Amino acid sequence: MAKVSIQEGMTEMSAVKLSGAEILLKSIEAEGVDTIFGYPGGQALPIYDALYDSGIRHILARHEQGAAHAADGYARATGKPGVCLATSGPGATNLVTGIANAYMDSVPLVAITGQVTRSSLGKDSFQEADITGITMPIVKHNYLVKDPAELAQTVKDAFHIATTGRPGPVLIDMPSDVSLEKVPYRRPGQPDLPGYKPLLDGDHSLIMEAARAIAKSERPLIYSGGGVVISGAQEELVRLAEMLLAPVTSTLLGLGGFPGNHPLSLGMLGMHGTKYANFAVCECDLLIAVGARFDNRVTGKLETFAPGAKVIHIDIDPAEIGKNVRVDIPIVGDVKRVLRQLLEVLQPRLGAAWQEKIQAWKKEYPLEYRENGDSLKPQSIIREIYYLTNGQARIATEVGQHQMWTAQYYSFTKPRSFITSGGLGTMGFGLPAALGVQVGCPGETVFNIAGDGSIQMNIQELCTAVNYELPVNVAILDNGYLGLVRQWQEMFYNRRYSQSELQNPDFVKLAEAYGAEGYRVTKKSEVTPVLEQAIRSNKPVMIDFIIDREDNVLPIVPPGESLNKMLG
Amino acid sequence: MKKNTLAVLVVNKPGVLARISGLLSRRVVNIESIAAGYTEEPDVTRITLDVKGDEQALEQVIKQLSKLIDVIKIVELKTEESVERELALIKVKAETSRRSEIVNLVSVFRANIIDVNKETMIIEILGDEKKINAFCAVLDDYGVVELVRTGKIALSRGPLAVKQ
Repeated sequence: MAKVSIQEGMTEMSAVKLSGAEILLKSIEAEGVDTIFGYPGGQALPIYDALYDSGIRHILARHEQGAAHAADGYARATGKPGVCLATSGPGATNLVTGIANAYMDSVPLVAITGQVTRSSLGKDSFQEADITGITMPIVKHNYLVKDPAELAQTVKDAFHIATTGRPGPVLIDMPSDVSLEKVPYRRPGQPDLPGYKPLLDGDHSLIMEAARAIAKSERPLIYSGGGVVISGAQEELVRLAEMLLAPVTSTLLGLGGFPGNHPLSLGMLGMHGTKYANFAVCECDLLIAVGARFDNRVTGKLETFAPGAKVIHIDIDPAEIGKNVRVDIPIVGDVKRVLRQLLEVLQPRLGAAWQEKIQAWKKEYPLEYRENGDSLKPQSIIREIYYLTNGQARIATEVGQHQMWTAQYYSFTKPRSFITSGGLGTMGFGLPAALGVQVGCPGETVFNIAGDGSIQMNIQELCTAVNYELPVNVAILDNGYLGLVRQWQEMFYNRRYSQSELQNPDFVKLAEAYGAEGYRVTKKSEVTPVLEQAIRSNKPVMIDFIIDREDNVLPIVPPGESLNKMLG
Repeated sequence: MKKNTLAVLVVNKPGVLARISGLLSRRVVNIESIAAGYTEEPDVTRITLDVKGDEQALEQVIKQLSKLIDVIKIVELKTEESVERELALIKVKAETSRRSEIVNLVSVFRANIIDVNKETMIIEILGDEKKINAFCAVLDDYGVVELVRTGKIALSRGPLAVKQ
């Protein structure tokens, strides 16, 4: 304490002078950050120079987009904020997809960009881009730092904003002369943001109203989203479901928030959800939405979504309530806290008839796939990965068929074990995200389940994996198509396969060229031994699984249709 | 569709107007008018926004705007419970022969003539939107050369401030 008061008592004259870059790194470290992901360049050089002497570990990606996704994956797996760093202009714009991705999925990401000097701003200077303007629609907040004396407070506020309430990305743009200028360092105070006060506890009268609605309902259904994972509410959600004997269906981002192997789990709902989950939505009389946002991939046709149900919506973001569907009982607050409040006032209920109905659906309409001669089935490869990792691996994916199959067939039991781009649907997310996951969770088994299209969107990050000895396993489900595009063309565009067939490189040679291990699997008998070898290996491994070419993700609710109009 | 008036208190920082107008446009909300200016507190800017939309759309606008870190508070100002004013400057053709007619109209509408030359005059008029619309319609017969309006500003009636 004495030490603190001495520092606070220092006059500006006697305070230590630090450069903006030094203040930046010191402030980041003070937030508990030990690893960042980035890529240097001209206007970021002062920051990189300060980094040279700093204790912060820097992972050098091979493309700024890779750095952003890696920081995102790190944040999703650990729950800590992810930090990425890039230079001005193209460096900054290359982060944009990564930032938008983090925004859509509520990931705490702090992006730092170099910028041209203050006097060069607004003059179309070399490598100048108005990144605060460009990112305005896709950040929770952003800053262009014009005074190094304000920097420490800005970083403090930025981390506070990124990690509290509904998390999201915050960008800090650093003109290079701000990074170089030396000013007396003063510790930041607590964030003082008059317009930012997230509500954490649910309103008591609404909690009571929800409890009454629950007591009255005969067919309750819990619809669980990414908010459950973010707020760490798995235990509370399981207690709620068991107390009410209410089945639980999850969104893509909610998977792992409720154990996929729990008897009350219905798996995923929506466009590629299970039939029994979608039937349950159509027939429930009470829908308890927990940390979910009624995305159009989930609801299908809005007019017929949960038609007979009263809706309770628990979410930390008031703007999500009533945005897409009418809500009867809105409860704004942190999911974990609100569930605890609810559990205190709820009575256990019995619901034998509803249980029987659900069990009958599960029996009649299981998630299933048909073997096709000797062809490798993607679903069975994912099941095999599940068995070999005891369901305990961290799985990142790209976007497409492989992603949906993973969501369907790897029964995620742990929160933060499924790392996938939900809202933005970013191909090229999986590989760099998997690296971030592996950095955040050393010693754990990490997979990137990919498609042959997506993997090529950030394949350069394989080099990063080799460089930093990150033993991620990349399983490419290779059908020589942009599979989901081809599937939609087959189903909705008269099989006119416009630009969806791919000519691919030799992935095995490519892996080897990067210094990773590469395997190709064409026979069923090879699946298990190669996967075992990959999991055992302490090097990055890329496996090219040549799968059934025209397999589809089923069931599917055609776009804009009601959830009970599933095909397949 | 209903017109709604919002008083938005924001932190007085560069770019805050862009944050607000950008958010409204990407959420597909049309801004009917927007007026911003300093307030009794040096750090706070007050923006008066007019947006069209039903109740649900308005609720979304308020909630989405509230999420902006620089937005301190938003209050909906109901027409019957608030005072609204807008200022317009109108340059109208005013040949000598018709000048006295225009002067009469100006006095009927309690407007002011603030500049006169051989061919035109500039009239300022203060009032609510309807009054200004009506005045502009009348002047149309004489030939409006150009016209500028500030957009609505508004305060709630009674002793309380929006910030309370």
